[in-house]
Amino acid sequence: MDKAHIKYTLSWATLALMIVILIVVMTMFDIIGPYGLTTIVLIGINLIAAIGLNLIIGMSGQFSLGHAGFMAIGAYATALIVTAVPTIFGFIMSLFVGAMLSGIVALIVGIPTLRLRGDYLAIATLGVSEIIRILIMNFKFTHGPAGIFAIPSFVNWPLVFGMAVLTIIVVVNLVRSPTGRAIIAVRDNEIAAESLGINTTKYKVIAFVLGAVLAALAGGLRASFIQSVSPQDFTFMQSITILIIVVLGGIGSISGTVVTAIALGILDVILQNFGSLRMVIYAVVLIVVMLFRPQGLFGRSEFSLKKMLFDSGGNHDKDHSKGA
Amino acid sequence: MTKTILKAHELRVEFGGVTAVDKVTIEAHENELIGLIGPNGAGKTTLFNLLTGVYKPTSGDVFIDNHDQLSPINQLSPYKRAQLGIARTFQNIRLFKSRTVIENVLIAMTAANKSYPIQAILRTPKFYQNEAQNRQKAMSLLEIFGMTQVADELANTLPYGQQRRLEIVRALATTPKILFLDEPAAGMNPQETAELTDLIKQIQVQFKMTIVLIEHDMKLVMAVSERLYVLEYGKVLATGTPKDIQNNPAVIKAYLGEEG
Amino acid sequence: MIIQQLINGMILGSVYALLALGYTMVYGIIKLINFAHGDIYMLGAYFGYFFLRVLHLNFFIALILSMAICAVLGMLIEFIAYRPLRHSPRIAVLISALGVSFFLENGMSYLFGSDKRSFPQAIETTQYHFGSLQISNIQIIIITTAIVLMILLNIIVKKTKMGRAMRAVSADEEAAILMGINVNRTISFTFAIGSALAAAGGMLIGLYYNNIDPLMGMTPGIKAFVAAVLGGIGIIPGAALGGWLIGILETMTQAVGLSNYKDAIVYAILIVILLLKPTGILGKNKREKV
Ligand SMILES: Nc1ncnc2c1ncn2[C@@H]1O[C@H](COP(=O)(O)OP(=O)(O)OP(=O)(O)O)[C@@H](O)[C@H]1O
Ligand SMILES: [Mg+2]
Repeated sequence: MDKAHIKYTLSWATLALMIVILIVVMTMFDIIGPYGLTTIVLIGINLIAAIGLNLIIGMSGQFSLGHAGFMAIGAYATALIVTAVPTIFGFIMSLFVGAMLSGIVALIVGIPTLRLRGDYLAIATLGVSEIIRILIMNFKFTHGPAGIFAIPSFVNWPLVFGMAVLTIIVVVNLVRSPTGRAIIAVRDNEIAAESLGINTTKYKVIAFVLGAVLAALAGGLRASFIQSVSPQDFTFMQSITILIIVVLGGIGSISGTVVTAIALGILDVILQNFGSLRMVIYAVVLIVVMLFRPQGLFGRSEFSLKKMLFDSGGNHDKDHSKGA
Repeated sequence: MTKTILKAHELRVEFGGVTAVDKVTIEAHENELIGLIGPNGAGKTTLFNLLTGVYKPTSGDVFIDNHDQLSPINQLSPYKRAQLGIARTFQNIRLFKSRTVIENVLIAMTAANKSYPIQAILRTPKFYQNEAQNRQKAMSLLEIFGMTQVADELANTLPYGQQRRLEIVRALATTPKILFLDEPAAGMNPQETAELTDLIKQIQVQFKMTIVLIEHDMKLVMAVSERLYVLEYGKVLATGTPKDIQNNPAVIKAYLGEEG
Repeated sequence: MIIQQLINGMILGSVYALLALGYTMVYGIIKLINFAHGDIYMLGAYFGYFFLRVLHLNFFIALILSMAICAVLGMLIEFIAYRPLRHSPRIAVLISALGVSFFLENGMSYLFGSDKRSFPQAIETTQYHFGSLQISNIQIIIITTAIVLMILLNIIVKKTKMGRAMRAVSADEEAAILMGINVNRTISFTFAIGSALAAAGGMLIGLYYNNIDPLMGMTPGIKAFVAAVLGGIGIIPGAALGGWLIGILETMTQAVGLSNYKDAIVYAILIVILLLKPTGILGKNKREKV
């Protein structure tokens, strides 16, 4: 690791730390109340799920409408395990089990279906998600349509914040590596990628499985935070909620996803004041944002501390001189 | 007798009743530069697609040298064939448009890469080492084609001629045994074409590689090829040295004659 | 017994088919999954409600009026929310369509409440018996109306100038422009026809189930989209086929006592069919030219 990288990493760490301090200070002065902290947690959870979906849709270019199903797997794993083992150990284990299960389901589903193109894949993943939900609704051990209540809570804002930061680090580091480049190559031109010896199915499946794992993680955090789960929480609409974050932020832009998750979380708080008009206004905002920013807020570009802090000349030469 | 790198036996493919490639048998030897010519629609690109596995043949077989033995690759998908040493460029350019020039080359090195996702996620020293090595290798390939200046430009912002060159660099980055070039000089001006001709020769010598070249520019193919195949209506019309081909009455009648 | 289920499935399937036709036509022409389509079906039912309950019109007159109004609304939605995004990424239009869908669902809830309302029984139900088979006049009306509308659609698409324009734009927009076809007008027309069919579906379902609510379009909307994909999206006969297949599948699974799993089974079959035939039952496998 050279000096530039250390500097770069440190500046991101500073930014994360500054946000933590800001939240702490604002709670101390009662600018953020319990309701505000709830909002922060929910934003963090949506963010984790949305980054997972952006990996699938944005990076690997596979249109999935099935995110809710994978969130459901994580949520129910946590609900069941934490109810049985109501300790922090049980909670951590439940997140792990949920992520594993979700990853395995994604693997089994992904290998055959990721051959499908565009909207056909979308409808197949929607189908998988609905099948998962209907099974949950009919199984005895998941308590059917009523769901599970009084789940012990182990979730607070620092935990979710930490998890969200970790998610971003893992995904960004992966995207900026040979694996990530291969995933993007398959998105950009599948035939060319194959002609270069890239196993296209493998890289699509990697993105799909990792996306599903993150969805499960978000689901697990949510189950323990809200302290209840029911099949109704994981309908098609849940997938759409996450999809909207990804598209509004800019497909393929992690920074966009982060900013949009926060912005929509805040918008939701503001709209609470409008009572039953809330969803109508939200709908109008959605249409207007798309009409004016069809590429999403960030397009495909990323917010770069490196460019802001170190690249005063604004040229790109830095990157390749590193290789020499 | 030189070693055979690739062999196709009576390859045939039909598209809805039209036979695009009809019982084509060809052979490519080690470190040989072969020209593949024929009028528009003769089936040249389709033959490349059959050899690289993009299309499945209706009948016939393809073999490639694998540890000094010819092994059949009919059942293998394109990416596995690429890993066995087949590389190509495309007639209609297929670059990774959203990526920079050097990233396009790095992507081609994925299959041979010994880096693990976990190293990337944890950013271990091994990861940086690996990346540095890969970049260095990519830069040295770009250097041959005089493209180091544009290494960090987005691929789709390059002029047409450079895009074609980048496709060649990218194919070379997979360290192939045999390289298929589909009209690499298309859309280039005479000077660019002349430079490219030299480069193709240079790669053949420097990397001891077998090259199969589709080209409509007769001057170019005749100058570089050691041997030629002439395709017409999906069939091999003639094969031989440039001299043989130029004097072959059937070729003159069917192909060269038509041109001029 | 099995024939009875088949008949019931055909009735439900007819409504899915009417909706699926709109999905498939719009998809064929602008490659958009029009998520707001199910809500037009809901609006159709509400306009029907208004004409029947408030104005006490004849059912068929109410049907035609509701179809006409929804046709105009469909064109309006396309003009406002989709047309400006014609050359944007496809997913941007998709999100805009979701926005329209939320707007219609929540706007209707805001104006008229989210409770179910009973749909006027404009036509008195009579049951007919054929041996052990039972069929009501309402069911006959649904299936005949659906079939008549499909025949009309077929005539419009095959025989009229507008229909030919629709097919031309679907096949190749650039070429259609060169041929002097007014693409905007053709797309508007497609939305009008699709929306009219959806409105008809909504009214028929209102008559059949006797109640309507602002979210009634959500599930049938997704089902109809699935039907369109199953039949081969963009292919008009495929939508009708897919609609009927899904209707029949649903009633059949219910009949064998798996009603809790009926949607899961429909989706499972959809996935299997897509894996065997990645472009739907009537879809053509287009090989990318390399
Ligand atoms: N995927 C496909 N589907 C249907 N027909 C095809 C397909 N690919 C090629 N063909 C047909 O096969 C024939 C040979 O085409 P091909 O592209 O191989 O010719 P070519 O020799 O490369 O010509 P050119 O010099 O113009 O590049 C043509 O008639 C073409 O239309
Ligand atoms: Mg060709």
